[in-house]
Amino acid sequence: MIAEAGLAALWLAAGLAAFQFFLMILALRSDVEVTRAMRSIAVVQGTLTLVAFGMLLLVFARSDMSVELVFANSNSAKPFIYKVAGTWGNHEGSMLMWVTILAVAGAFVALFSRRTGERTLIAGLGSQAMLALGFYAFLLIASNPFARLSPAPPDGQGLNPLLQDPGLAFHPPTLYLGYVGLSVAFSLAVGALLTGEVDARLARAMRPWVLGAWILLTLGITAGSYWAYYELGWGGYWFWDPVENASIMPWLAATALLHSINVLAARGALKAWTMMLAVIAFSMSMVGTFLVRSGILTSVHAFAIDPERGTFLLALLSIYVGAAFILFAVRGATLKEGAPFELVSRESGLVVNNLILSVILGIVFLGTLYPLFVEAVSGEKLSVGAPYFNAVAGPLALVLAVLVGIGPLLSWRRERRPVLKQLRIPALIAATALAITIILAPGIGILPRLGLVVAAFLAAAGILPLVGRNPLRAPLATWGMVVAHFGIAVALAGMAANAAFTSERLAIAKTGETLSVGPWLVQLQDVTPTAGKNWTAIEAQLRASRGSGAVTLKPQTRYFSDPPTETNEAAIRTFWNGQLYTVVGKSDSSGGWQLRLWWKPFVTLIWLGGALIALGGALAMLGRLLRMRRRQGASVDWRRKSYA
Amino acid sequence: MSRSLRFTPLALLLLIVLALIWRLATPTSTNVPSKLEGKALPNFTLAEAVPSKPTVSAADLATGEPRIVNIFASWCVPCVSEVKVLQELKGRGVAIDGIAVRDKPQDIAEFLARNGNPYERIGSDPQSQVQISLGSSGVPESFIVDGKGVIRYQHIGPIEQSDVPMILAKLEQAR
Amino acid sequence: MRRLLILLALVAAQPLLADSNLPPAYWANRQLPDPKEEAKAQALMEELRCLVCQGQSIADSDAELAGDMRDLVRRRIAAGEKPGDIRAWLVQRYGTWISYKPTAELAAWPLWLAPIALLIIGAWLIRRRIKLKAGS
Repeated sequence: MIAEAGLAALWLAAGLAAFQFFLMILALRSDVEVTRAMRSIAVVQGTLTLVAFGMLLLVFARSDMSVELVFANSNSAKPFIYKVAGTWGNHEGSMLMWVTILAVAGAFVALFSRRTGERTLIAGLGSQAMLALGFYAFLLIASNPFARLSPAPPDGQGLNPLLQDPGLAFHPPTLYLGYVGLSVAFSLAVGALLTGEVDARLARAMRPWVLGAWILLTLGITAGSYWAYYELGWGGYWFWDPVENASIMPWLAATALLHSINVLAARGALKAWTMMLAVIAFSMSMVGTFLVRSGILTSVHAFAIDPERGTFLLALLSIYVGAAFILFAVRGATLKEGAPFELVSRESGLVVNNLILSVILGIVFLGTLYPLFVEAVSGEKLSVGAPYFNAVAGPLALVLAVLVGIGPLLSWRRERRPVLKQLRIPALIAATALAITIILAPGIGILPRLGLVVAAFLAAAGILPLVGRNPLRAPLATWGMVVAHFGIAVALAGMAANAAFTSERLAIAKTGETLSVGPWLVQLQDVTPTAGKNWTAIEAQLRASRGSGAVTLKPQTRYFSDPPTETNEAAIRTFWNGQLYTVVGKSDSSGGWQLRLWWKPFVTLIWLGGALIALGGALAMLGRLLRMRRRQGASVDWRRKSYA
Repeated sequence: MSRSLRFTPLALLLLIVLALIWRLATPTSTNVPSKLEGKALPNFTLAEAVPSKPTVSAADLATGEPRIVNIFASWCVPCVSEVKVLQELKGRGVAIDGIAVRDKPQDIAEFLARNGNPYERIGSDPQSQVQISLGSSGVPESFIVDGKGVIRYQHIGPIEQSDVPMILAKLEQAR
Repeated sequence: MRRLLILLALVAAQPLLADSNLPPAYWANRQLPDPKEEAKAQALMEELRCLVCQGQSIADSDAELAGDMRDLVRRRIAAGEKPGDIRAWLVQRYGTWISYKPTAELAAWPLWLAPIALLIIGAWLIRRRIKLKAGS
């Protein structure tokens, strides 16, 4: 019954989405008053989809094996929290989550959007419904999550212990909220292109949605990076794997969009670019979903390999992005840009910022798909990986980081004060940092060295907007900007330190032997077998010391039987100035054990920086929401207010 | 904004979607073929794998007649059924040499005793060095080498019954 | 879901093929005694693609063939061979696919020209947005 209720709710929601689209056409072509109807229906559609998702959660929570999806992906012996997380740990469930977020976002826009022009709001809600419709169709036709199995088997197949990991369970929802949150920007942009109301007001309406999605994407990517770092057992945090690239591309587009919206909101300029970025950001989300599920790119993280589903997704993607691009091409002529910006002004700074972000986005996109293009054209197989991306994106990111330090100091319209004077101290700090690295670490590569220098510059320059004024009276939005930009400096410092100062030690050690890695002396004290609930392992006991005091680390190699797998559980210890990362491998014929040890100075700054960036965004969002609240005064009941 | 500029994103989208459609229609294979087809066999000498058979070296393979070099291992599951097909080829007069990758002599001997021995010569490649120098990336794989020591064909995966006519044809071509 | 767990098993870097019984090659998991040589070897290993994995370099992979290739790289670097020559030798056998760093061949040129081209195109697109001459 529960599953059928969920399916029925989904069908109803799809029907309402279609009706919403029809209402939009009606409103745009005639004078019919549809605002209230549109808002109500959007809310009902969102509620119905939420109900459908709730039903799926329920069947997973109750381990209802008569539902095929639960049978394939769950088991009654799973801990409760992983039963629930199993709802989205599969293709159908995660697509249902995708469409739920899409519909609920539409409902929220219908409920809370007061700053958008009425016609644009209707057009925006209509296009959001259109987006949802395609994914409803996908679910109902090709990926039904509620399909039944008869007779119901006694228990399920999904007891893979590898998937019972908190990071793996909760990483997808955060990312999805980010990916799909960008759909609101897409829909509002499409709506505005349809009605012609591309202006500062639209930008202010779009901003909180973009900010919210961007914050979640930042958190999702940071968390995913840390999960890969500790789980994959080799100390890497970013591999430029196609699936990872699929998550960074929407983020790059959303970052550029966020800044472009600020220009549109403040000056009414960069209309075409902002609309294009809004379309591209969600398009990148859809491209990412397609890449991960179609199996066309080889990846360690690939979610599923199903060309049939890939085809459906490609069709949806082509229709949606194609329609948006056609709209842009046709209506683009009406987007009148204003007077050009002064060379030294915040607008110009933001334009250059967007330029560099777009170039990095283009490079990641090209590099990810290039092997495919080459093979299609010439049949030759080539590989594009970390060496390429690091070599190309790295320098660009450094240039961008320097500009991030300078830009916020510029005024709108025209910078009359001598900005360079303000930058004297950060420049001095950067020069000092350069000197220090040359003296203390002459052997490190040029890119890591520049990374450290630029990080020092940005850390100093980033806080300048707060210097010389009462920090407590500065608007939250300014605090947000400062914290986010400072976070970039912190993450950059972590990446550069990791690249420059990591010490690695690989060796075959017998018990009692001591190895050195960086400033540490690590002794292999013992290797013992051990066991857990559904695994056996060999566990090494390591004693690490540098100077005074010692710590114990116990890395393991775990063996699971169902399915037969082997994993490395790294033992990591965090100190104020870095992490000690240890992995134990197999024994060799001489009775020694394979050990991999890393000393990674300041590596945790990478994820701390990511968290700070997200925090900065949250502060900015809070600031804007509070400001909006204050301006509105008493809340307006949109059901009673009439739009004249 | 000029017209051509406004339509550029659409044009790019079209190209990208076409490429993606192509990829969906022709799925990528995970095999990495050797690029040495048509090139001379690289020089190598291997240690003896089993005492009963002489070892393989590059010179031995340029005998004037085409031969098959079969890369196998005792721990390789599809190799077991491949031995029967190789026996059949041997029965038809095909000369087959074997290279055992990452294997211990007693395991190789046991494998041959259990499944049969279609090889004239067998070499032992315990660290995959010769396998890598041939551009091979897995087991089982077979190379057809012509009389002058040039690699003419690489067969990835086990030679199945249905492949026999094709293999015989390739051997003819290599004459 | 089964596919996900198979692929996750690969995340734990289990090779696709059955395992042999032999231990890894000598230099698969040992560092060269000379740190400069080891650094060169490590840099090269991070650029070579594992033949039996789903998108990993041989430096990151647990697969046996990857270990044998690491052994090959380290032995040759210790013998004085240049990383570029080792890469070329492998490319001769496996094609450009095995190099994660796109080589200098014609098919890879667009990749290296792309950043400059994109910057130029981008700058041209925004040329009218920024006043470069005072009072224009």
